[in-house]
Amino acid sequence: MGIVVEAEGLTKRFNSLTAVEGITFQLQEGEILALLGPNGAGKTTTVRMLASVLAPTAGTARVAGYDVVKQAREVRRSVGLLTEFPALYLRMTADEYLDFFGKLYGVPKGKLEERKTALLEQFGLARDRKRQIGEYSKGMRQKLALVRAMLHDPLVLFLDEPTSAMDPQSAKTVREAIMELRKEKRTALICTHNLSEAQTLADRIAVINRGRIVAIGTMEELRRRYIGAPLMELKLARPMDEAASLVQRFAVVEEKGRDFVRYRTDNPAEVNPLVVKALTEMGAEIVYLQEVPVTLEEVYLRIVA
Amino acid sequence: MISLSGISTLVSKELKDSLRDWRIITPIAILTLFFPWLMDITAQLARDFVARYGAFLIAERMYPFLLMVVGFFPITFSLVIALESFVGEKERLTLEPLLASPLSDLELFLGKFLASLILPCTASFLGITIYVAGLYFSTGYFPPPTLLTQILILTFCEALVMVAGAVVVSNNATSVRAANLLASFIIVPMALAIQGISIAMFWANYNILWLAVAGMLTVTVLLMRMGLALFNREHLLTTQLEKFDLKGWGEAFLSSFLRRPGNKGKPFSLANFYREELRLILADLKLPIAFVGLMALAGLIGGLIFALANPYPELVFPENFDLNKLKHVSWEFLPPLQTHAIFFHNLRALTLSSLLSLITIGVMPSLVAVLNMGLVGFVGGEIAILGQKPLLFAAFVLPHGIFEIPAAILTIAAALKIGAVPISPGVKDRLRDTFLLSLADWLKVLLFVTLPLLLVAAFIEANVTPILVSWLYGWEG
Repeated sequence: MGIVVEAEGLTKRFNSLTAVEGITFQLQEGEILALLGPNGAGKTTTVRMLASVLAPTAGTARVAGYDVVKQAREVRRSVGLLTEFPALYLRMTADEYLDFFGKLYGVPKGKLEERKTALLEQFGLARDRKRQIGEYSKGMRQKLALVRAMLHDPLVLFLDEPTSAMDPQSAKTVREAIMELRKEKRTALICTHNLSEAQTLADRIAVINRGRIVAIGTMEELRRRYIGAPLMELKLARPMDEAASLVQRFAVVEEKGRDFVRYRTDNPAEVNPLVVKALTEMGAEIVYLQEVPVTLEEVYLRIVA
Repeated sequence: MISLSGISTLVSKELKDSLRDWRIITPIAILTLFFPWLMDITAQLARDFVARYGAFLIAERMYPFLLMVVGFFPITFSLVIALESFVGEKERLTLEPLLASPLSDLELFLGKFLASLILPCTASFLGITIYVAGLYFSTGYFPPPTLLTQILILTFCEALVMVAGAVVVSNNATSVRAANLLASFIIVPMALAIQGISIAMFWANYNILWLAVAGMLTVTVLLMRMGLALFNREHLLTTQLEKFDLKGWGEAFLSSFLRRPGNKGKPFSLANFYREELRLILADLKLPIAFVGLMALAGLIGGLIFALANPYPELVFPENFDLNKLKHVSWEFLPPLQTHAIFFHNLRALTLSSLLSLITIGVMPSLVAVLNMGLVGFVGGEIAILGQKPLLFAAFVLPHGIFEIPAAILTIAAALKIGAVPISPGVKDRLRDTFLLSLADWLKVLLFVTLPLLLVAAFIEANVTPILVSWLYGWEG
């Protein structure tokens, strides 16, 4: 797998304001990265620099093998960008709109028609392709903007809030489309405030705050770094007072009750069987032993705080 | 490499967009189809009316004038379309997907620029055709081919100026409302130009139209340069809401004045100014100084040529006129030859022309250089024609000119730089800082170089030159 997006010390200043400072990361082919951060953290500016729409003040970046400054045209041709506000030409029909952008990206006529039809079908817009965009709902417009971003079959997609303003069904369609991208070895960077979506879609998550990437890694890595070792919950069929002290021999007990124990361990694969064995030998009946799920929201709030 | 297909795709999309907007199409249709017909009727009525008094000349002059009017009205829509295309997209946030496309800034600019021209120009030329045809069939008048060509070219140039101006306006506005307010900077000068052209047309001085065409093309080039400097992704995506940050401007100006960039962060002091800063300013002004010097030289030569082509009528100065006779002429009609009067006059002229540089893109101060040196050349030439030694004339100019001319060239060059900032392609998002630095440099040059030099020059002109001239000419008392 090759590196498709590579940023090194990427910085953007607007007069005295530093919007993005020293961002460094890499994206492999077929990888999906979710870029999270509060409003004004620098997500959109980062995406604009990577899409060769804004030039960095300092640092370098290569996208699809091209330098974002020196080969801006090639970068823009290789990238599909869904902007934060999917404003469209309301007097055009979806067909005309896609034809216009297809021509701008130099998509051959036959392929354009084929791509257009396939994508409109995929996003459930085929029946409305001859209607003026002005008559579309917010969600339909968002989907059409996404179709536009994917129309020229780009190697890399930068998606700024891809499912905002969508109903659950449409959001699901879009999420499925993004998952499809991974299968096709497309690389994507998604800026989102929807943390469960980021958790579902992304291979890795980056958190940006005040222009700097403050954390980057898989969900598991971030959880370990910011929440700690996995928290296990053991539920007993009947109260057993000695259970906690027994578990304490193998792991750190965080919380206990008469019929349950919560403990942390860095090595559940090794520790959990020992705990189960010890308790069973003591005559305990175990209802369940499971990891307490950690949401991205908890991790994110810990990082941003 | 410019992508013509990209440009044509954009043009075609913009045209379709305009053609679907009834707010644009309805007035254009009226102005194209109904207005020329109305002008035909106006021309006939006017002809019949003035014929009653035998004033056929007025009717004859009115036909070409109305021809220009018929062409001009639809052209004004190029401004509306351009504002809508450039700033409207920005306001509706539809611009970013375009900016993310492979088109370069120049291709986007050209696409939108051409699209703004096509519809109004087509409407205008169609209107002219309807008017000319109607006039021919009703009165038998057909404009001379040269005049018709002039009007067609002039109309096209008017559209160029308005679209180029609209681009500049759009780059400084984030809403159509703000752009419409700023558009008066285009409409008012254009209205004045049209009035001037109208007067020339009633005078039947149609050669003026070529001058108008040349003037409009020059303005177009300057505005396009300015527009291209500002129309870039960086500027378009980072311009914030219109808010005049007076405090920010004041602080930036003070910073430019008190701690000039490139001067190793040293604070301003007079000693440091003469020792180091002036050298930096002069280095920055190299090109404007050369340009103003050339303009002055061109003015001098032009004045000389004009003098040779237009010698004083013999009645004023008969052959072998003795210049000594001039000493008996009363000079009271001239301002008093006093140091302070000359000093303030020169200072006022340089300051005002410099300030006008802001709105004339540096043209006004350059004109001061051309006209003044043109006058020197002209008078010198006339004196030479009268058989006098040019050296004697030099006595009038050189003693104070040694101080005054460098001071003027330097001030004008600094002012020219202020006016040229908005049309310099290099400044882009640093426009405010570059402009304020030029302004600070100009002020320093004026205060610490020009003022002392003008004072010395005025003193010499008032007190030394008269003595020197009298001595050279052998005049007494």
